[in-house]
Parts: sequence; C-alpha cells; structure tokens
Amino acid sequence: MDAAVFLISAAIVLAGAGGVLVARSPVHAALFLVQTLFGVSVLFVLQDATFLAAIQVIVYAGAVVILFLFVIMLLGVDRSEDLGMEPIVGQRPVAALVGASLLGMLLIALLVSVDGPTGAHGANAALGDAADNTRRLGEALFTDYVFAVELTAILLTIAVIGAVVLARKVRGPLAPLPVVVVASATIEDPEAGDGPTDTTDGHAAGEDT
Amino acid sequence: MLDLVWLVPAFPLAGFLILTFGGRRLGEPTAGWLATGAMAGSFLATAGAFYELAGRDVHDRRSVTTLFEWVPAGDLTVDVGFLADPLSLTMCLFVTGVGALIHLYSIGYMHGDAGFRRFFAYLNLFAFAMLMLVLGDNLLLTFLGWEGVGACSYLLISFWFTDEANASAGKKAFITNRIGDWGFMVAIFMTFATFGTVAYVDVLDTTAAGTVATSTATVIALMLFVGAIGKSAQFPLYLWLPDAMAGPTPVSALIHAATMVTSGIYLLTRVNPIIADAADWVPTLIAWTGAGTALFAATIAVAQRDIKKVLAYSTVSQLGYMFLAVGCGAYVAAVFHMITHAFFKALLFLGSGSVIHGMDGDQDMAHYGGLRRFMPITAGTFVIGWLAIAGVPPFAGFWSKDEILAFAWNESPLLWAVGLVTAVLTAFYMTRLVILTFFGRHRYADPRPDEVDEAWAAALAAADGAVVAAAAALDAAVAASEAGTDEPAAAEAMVAAKAAHEAATIERDLIVAASGERPELPALALYGEPEVGPVADRLPDEVAARSDHHPHESPWTMALPLVVLAVLSVLGGLIQLPFSSATKRLEGWLEPTLFGNEVHLSVGTGTLWVLAALAVAGGAVGIVVAVAAYLQRRVDHSAFEQPILADAWRFDRLVSNFMGGPGRAGFEATANFDSTVVDGAVESVATMVKVEAGLLRRFHNGLVRTYAAGIGVGAVGLVVWFLSRTSF
Amino acid sequence: MVVTTSWYLALAAVLFSMGAVGLLTRRNPLIMIMCVELMLNAVNLTFVSLGAELGDLGGQLSVFFVLVVAASEVVVGLAVVVAIMRRRQGATVDDLSVLRG
Repeated sequence: MDAAVFLISAAIVLAGAGGVLVARSPVHAALFLVQTLFGVSVLFVLQDATFLAAIQVIVYAGAVVILFLFVIMLLGVDRSEDLGMEPIVGQRPVAALVGASLLGMLLIALLVSVDGPTGAHGANAALGDAADNTRRLGEALFTDYVFAVELTAILLTIAVIGAVVLARKVRGPLAPLPVVVVASATIEDPEAGDGPTDTTDGHAAGEDT
Repeated sequence: MLDLVWLVPAFPLAGFLILTFGGRRLGEPTAGWLATGAMAGSFLATAGAFYELAGRDVHDRRSVTTLFEWVPAGDLTVDVGFLADPLSLTMCLFVTGVGALIHLYSIGYMHGDAGFRRFFAYLNLFAFAMLMLVLGDNLLLTFLGWEGVGACSYLLISFWFTDEANASAGKKAFITNRIGDWGFMVAIFMTFATFGTVAYVDVLDTTAAGTVATSTATVIALMLFVGAIGKSAQFPLYLWLPDAMAGPTPVSALIHAATMVTSGIYLLTRVNPIIADAADWVPTLIAWTGAGTALFAATIAVAQRDIKKVLAYSTVSQLGYMFLAVGCGAYVAAVFHMITHAFFKALLFLGSGSVIHGMDGDQDMAHYGGLRRFMPITAGTFVIGWLAIAGVPPFAGFWSKDEILAFAWNESPLLWAVGLVTAVLTAFYMTRLVILTFFGRHRYADPRPDEVDEAWAAALAAADGAVVAAAAALDAAVAASEAGTDEPAAAEAMVAAKAAHEAATIERDLIVAASGERPELPALALYGEPEVGPVADRLPDEVAARSDHHPHESPWTMALPLVVLAVLSVLGGLIQLPFSSATKRLEGWLEPTLFGNEVHLSVGTGTLWVLAALAVAGGAVGIVVAVAAYLQRRVDHSAFEQPILADAWRFDRLVSNFMGGPGRAGFEATANFDSTVVDGAVESVATMVKVEAGLLRRFHNGLVRTYAAGIGVGAVGLVVWFLSRTSF
Repeated sequence: MVVTTSWYLALAAVLFSMGAVGLLTRRNPLIMIMCVELMLNAVNLTFVSLGAELGDLGGQLSVFFVLVVAASEVVVGLAVVVAIMRRRQGATVDDLSVLRG
C-alpha cells in the first residue's frame, strides 16, 4: 500500500519537476511547481510529518506560488521563452554534466555508504506518531528552539520590509537596462517580436531604487 | 694626530665645496689662494701624521681610523676608514706637497681664464679623490678614489671643452680608464668572495699568513693589474695620456705626472702579498709589460714636436719603469722612483707650462729655441729636471732608476737590457727637448712652411699678371702698327712690346720651374734661417710681426714651485742611497707594508757598481748623440725623427679603426641585444601577465548563469573530492 | 515491497539534480527561482526521511526553518526581479551582465 502511494507520489513529483523544466510559459511552470509541491506534501504525510505536509500546502503551494503568479501578472513576464536556442556557448552540456554528476554523487553518497546515517537517536526529541506530530513539534520549537523561532520572525519582517522597499514605484523615468551583445537572444515574444534596441557595451547608468 | 688623519682629505673636500657653492663671490686670485691653502693644510696634516707614525715603534706602524659604517649589507660591511701606514703616508706627503706647489703655480698660469674658480674647484676635488684613494683602508674606498680621480681627470682634461678636440680627449681618457676599472671591480668582487671582507688589514694579513690558493691570488692580482694598466697608462691602455695633454699644463703636471697615474703602482704595492702568492708568471708579466711600454713610449718620444707630447710619452715610459720594478719584486725601488718622478716630472711639466705661457700658447718646439736668454729661471730649473730624468748622478733620478735597473738585472738580464736601452733613449729625447727649447737660435720668427707656400703662390700670381699685362701691351702695339700712322715708331713699339712679352713669359717660366724645384723647408731650422729663395719679400705680414716677439719670464707664483721642485729633484735621492742599510731610509720606512715580499738582490756590490757605471754611460751616450744631432750638426737629426715614430707606431690609428669598424658593430650588437633580449625578457613578464589576464577575463562575462554553472562545477568537484576520501 | 529510506533519498536526489539542471538552463528569472524551490524541496524531503528513519524530530524542525527562510528568500528575490524587470519587458537573466569584466 505504502509502496503504491509512494510510487504514485513520486511520479507526480517528477512529472511536475520535469514540467517546470520544459514549460515555455512561466504560468505553466508555476502550475507544474504546484504539482510537485503537492506530491512532496503527500510524501510528507507518508512519513508521519503531518504538520509539515499541511504547512507545505498552505505556505509553499498556497502563498509562495501565488506570489509567483502575482509577479507574473504584475510584470507581464508571461512571454514564452525560446527553449530551442541557448545563447551561452556550452551552457547546456555543462548543465547536463553538472546534473548527471550531482545525481551520481548524491546517489553514491546516500545509498552506497555502508553505515548509512548515524545520527544519535533522540538527539532532539522523539518522533511520535502522526496524530501527535503537531504537539511534539510545537513543544520542541517553543522550548528548545525558541530563539531560532524569534530569529526567523525577525527575518520574515526584514524580508517584508526589504521587498516593499525594493519593489516601490520609482519617481521619474527609469534608465533602460544596458544591452550586451551576448544577450542578443532574448525572450521572443510571438506577438510583439521586438529585439534589443541598442547594442552598446555600456555600464549601468546607476540603478535607482 | 694620527686619528685626525681624516683631516688630510677633508681640507681639499672643504675647498671644493666652498669653491663650488660660494666661489662666485670669491673672485680670481682668492679662489686660487683658498685652494692652495686647502692643499697646504692637507700637507701639514699629513706631516703631522707622518711625524707621529715615525715616532712609533717599527712594528706598530699601522693605524686604522674608522669614521663610520658605509655599506652595511649583510655579509658585506664596508667602513669609511683611513689606513695610515708608511706607504699611504709617503704617498700622501708627495701628493699634498707637490699638489700644493702645483696649486700655487696654477694661480699664475690660469690668470685671466674665465674658468679660474672652476679649475681650482676641480683641482681640489681631484686632490680629495686621490687622498681617499691612498688613505682608504679598504678596496672599495680606494675604488671610490680611483673613480673620483678618473672623473676629475675627465673634467680637467676637457676643461676648455668648447674646443671639440679637448672634449674628445677627456672622453677618451675616461673611457680607457673604465676598461681598467672593470678589472678592478672584478678584483674587488673576487676579494670579497675569497676573504669575506675588502679591508686591507684583513685581506693582507690573511694573505701573508699563506692561506690563499694560488689560483685565487693569481686572478685577483691579474685583475688588479688590469686596473693598474688603465690608470697608469701602460700598453695597451696608454692611448689616453698623450691626448690628455689637451688640458691645462698644471693638470698634466698634477694628474698625469705626479699623482693619478701612480695610483696603479700604489695599488700593486699595497697588495704585494697577493702578488707574492700568485703564480710566478704574474710578476713576470707585470715586469715585461712595464719594460715593453717603457721602450715603446721612449721610441715615440724621440720624434714628437709638441713639447707636452714628449713629456707625456716620457711619463708613460717612466711608469713602465715603475711597473718593471714591481714585477721584479722591488717595491721600494718602485716607490722611490714614484717619488723622484713626481718631483722631476712635475718640474718638467711646470717648466714646459712656463715656456708655453711665455710663448703665448705655442707648443710646437719647431718655433722655440734659445729661450734660456728670455726665461732664465725656467731654463735653469728645467735643466735640473732634465739632468734628473736623464739619470745623471747625483740627481734624484739617477738613484731611483739605477735601483730599478739593478733589480731588473737580478730578475733577468734581458729586462735589464731593455731598461738600459730605454734609459739611453730617455736621455736622448730629453736632451733633444732641452736643446730645441732653450738652446740654439730662436726660431719663432722663422717663416713657416705654409707661409712660404703662400709667398710662392703670390710670386707666381704676380708673374702671371706680368705676362698678361705684356700680352695686352703687345696686342696694343700690334693694333697701333696696323693702324699705320707712325710707321717707324709703331714698329719700334711693337718690337719693344714683343721683347717685353717674351721677357715676362721667360720670367714666369723661371719662377714656375724654381717653384717646382724648390727644396723642402726643413722641419727644424737649427743652424740658420731657412732658405726662402727669391720670394722672401712676399712673405705674409705675420712673419715680420713675429720678429718683435719676446717671450717673457713667468711670475713668482709660477717660478717658486719650479725652484722648490728643482731643489727636491736634486736632493730627492737622499732617501734611498744604496750604500748601506743606514742610508736606505725608504726601505726601512716601508718595510712594515711589504710583508717581507721585497726581493733581495743576489748580485754583489761589484756588479752593482758596473751596472751603475753602464747606466751612467748609457745616459751619457744619449746626451752626447743628441747634442751632436741638434746642437753641433755632426749627425743628421732627421734620421731619428722617423714618421712612424711621430705617428706613435700607428697604434692609435689601429685602435680607432678597430673601434670605428668592427668595434662599433660589436657595440651596436650589444646594444641591440640589450634592448631586445634583456629588455624583452623583462617586458615579456608583463606581456605574459597581460595575455593570461586576457584569457582569464573571459570567465567574467557578467552572466549569472555562467557563474551558476561555475558554482555547480565547483560543487561537483567538492563532492567528488570528499567522496574519494571516504571509505565505503 | 517495503518503502525504505533509500527510496526517498533517491527521489530527493533526482529532484535535486533536476532542479540544478533547470537552474542552469532556463533564462527566465522566475522559472529559475522555481527551480531553486525544487532543490529546496528535495532537501526538505531528505531531511524528513532521515528524521523518520532515525526517529528524531530534528529533521522536521530543520524543514520548518528551511521553509520559513525559503519563503522569505522568495519574497526578496521576487522583489528584486520586479525592480529589475520594470526596466524592460521581456528581459532575461542574460541581460543582467553589467558586471562583465
């Protein structure tokens, strides 16, 4: 039973990841990401990490991806990317090489090692069953790790403030981004079809915030 | 007093500084007196140090006064210190003494010259450098003085540098010296490498203790010898000395007779333990170089017409004697001859300067003659100098030269023979010089070859003019007779005109023939006015102007040093009379500096008397032949004045051709090598950096994904590395 | 078949590699951030799996914090993307090469 659930969830996860990789439109990619996150959430449930599964869905799939979609809508960055051509020479082979190597190394490291992971049992707290998970997690967080929690709260606050500052509307006209020769292959918009305007190899004219 | 020995070079240095920086206000005679005063102060300081050193016990006669540390460079530490021992103080005595006299002389000689103050500044600087050379307690200080005297020699030789020839002479001296300096530098390097120090005390004591390998000592001695050749003008680096006569005569006297050129012999005497430890052929080489140069230069001096050139080659020849002495191991004789030579050669040079001064700058002996009537003091002192250099007893030169010849016989009879022939030639050419300058008829007013040529040309032109005039008259008469008015008168006139024309033509042809056949004017019209022939009345006006010329005697500032030096030339021999060890005062005095390397004469006293007699006889032969040739008309003097001798065996020309031809090609090749290979190697480092930077900068294309790829590759690498180190 | 930890770890490895390849390959900044999210999820999965194997709550605690930080990272990253992409429509990451040396 577990195996079946696992395999199905694994298939969902990997399909979603593959979709993110090859989706031409960002909206499609976001949706595929949601698929992956759901699959991972199921896998969490399988491991009795019920709280995390819920948080995964609520925060990750619910908030973060929505944020993605908001930005896509806001900026109109929903133009399709031309996946056929790659402007940087050798990037694809390098990417394939890196991916394959990473996969190989990780598999070796995680699976072939004789001893396996050797964490001390009960270093943090004992793991309970699924129903008890939230309570135990809350206990551990707010007693042993309360400082870390406070810090993450501060971190979130800072992130919010930073985001607000960064994304403010600017007064006055914006300086255009400098165009570099390499980036001649921009995203091709099937509708508009405009390319780079000038080909000067200049420096940024100062970024305004 | 001995620890105040630094005063000896300090006085001339102070003089130089004052004259350089404050001299403009000092004005003409004051600058000269200041410089002379500085030299006199230096002489007094030397005398004081000398007196104190002489008062010490024989075994204690060495005093090192260190002023400060000059070069603290790791293993090499060189101090500025002064070594006051018998050799250096002896040299200082005559350098400062003769130097002071020459400074006094220069006040009169350079009177009216625009560079008066500059001259004395240079002279004082030279004295400072020379005293540093002599008093320095290590090879590096000596080298400092060595280079300093070379530089001052350049400054003083090309003193009147607005004349191109003088500037070239200065450059020639400096560059030729530089070749010798290379040898000196290599010797210093080797000394440091061998001994770990360059101080004389350490080096010489270590060498005298016998711990130095022969090969090392040979190389060091040879390199020092190369340096000595350059500075003391031996073959083949003597070329600069005759050209150096372009400088003012006091410069020639001080630098090129008494002091700078003796530095080479001083150096070799100073390092006598190293020479003693070197291979046997090194002293032999030194001796033969000296003897060869002495003979070589003496042959050239026989045929020179410039009075200073004769003295220059004479100096080269006498320096050859000193090298001969050093090579025979007779260091005392070398120093003795150095001292006496300083006296009489300075006297001769100053005397010649007096003559030149009196003759308003004319240096050609063909225009001299009979000057003893006009310049008695100069003539009298010059004669004393002549007797000294010719080796006539009891003057100073006889004793020193005879000592050298004795040691030469001790070493090899062949060397002695060369020395004897040179002595004969010395006597000959010096007598020739004295006769040509001071005796015989005064030839200044004689017409000179170019003037006679001018006169003949004028006569020829006049004759041509007469012919042309007669031809014109003839044409006029012909025209008149053809006009036919007055027949008999016209016919008479035509006959007369024809006769006149013929006469003029014959006259002109006679003059042409006479001009073609006229005898060559003698170079030296010793016995009577030169025959000018029919053109005597056509000589240019300068000839007549010259007959009123009266050379004048020199002022007392020039005459006094002459007298003092003459006295020293007479009495100088007293310091080393060979009769007994009590009279050999110089030898006893110099003994602590010789480390027992002085060769002992293995010939008996009888042989010494014979050798002395032969030397005197040789000198007498030289004098008699010269008198016969130049004063008495018994021998034809032009037999001695061969053109090849006058041209100095064409050696100078050979060197110039070589340097200008293949030499220049070599120099340019070296310069090209330097700019391409050496500079290129240095620049290639920069170029390589540039190229590599150009390659590396391609990684920085500013693209995030490239950097991400780099991170990925790096991460993979790290994981691989860690995995390779774990055990499974 | 019993689902052992190895299966989860293998899945996480594959997911991670795919995320890495996507990060290097895609040019749209938003999709690149999504690939980063993939990688983070792979890591989370690993943590949870190993925590479950060891019976330790530490795995889940780590995931909790990773989640929080990832969220804030996405927020700030998107704000930066917004700030840059306002300049020009249709810009890609390749256009941001001002640091070219």
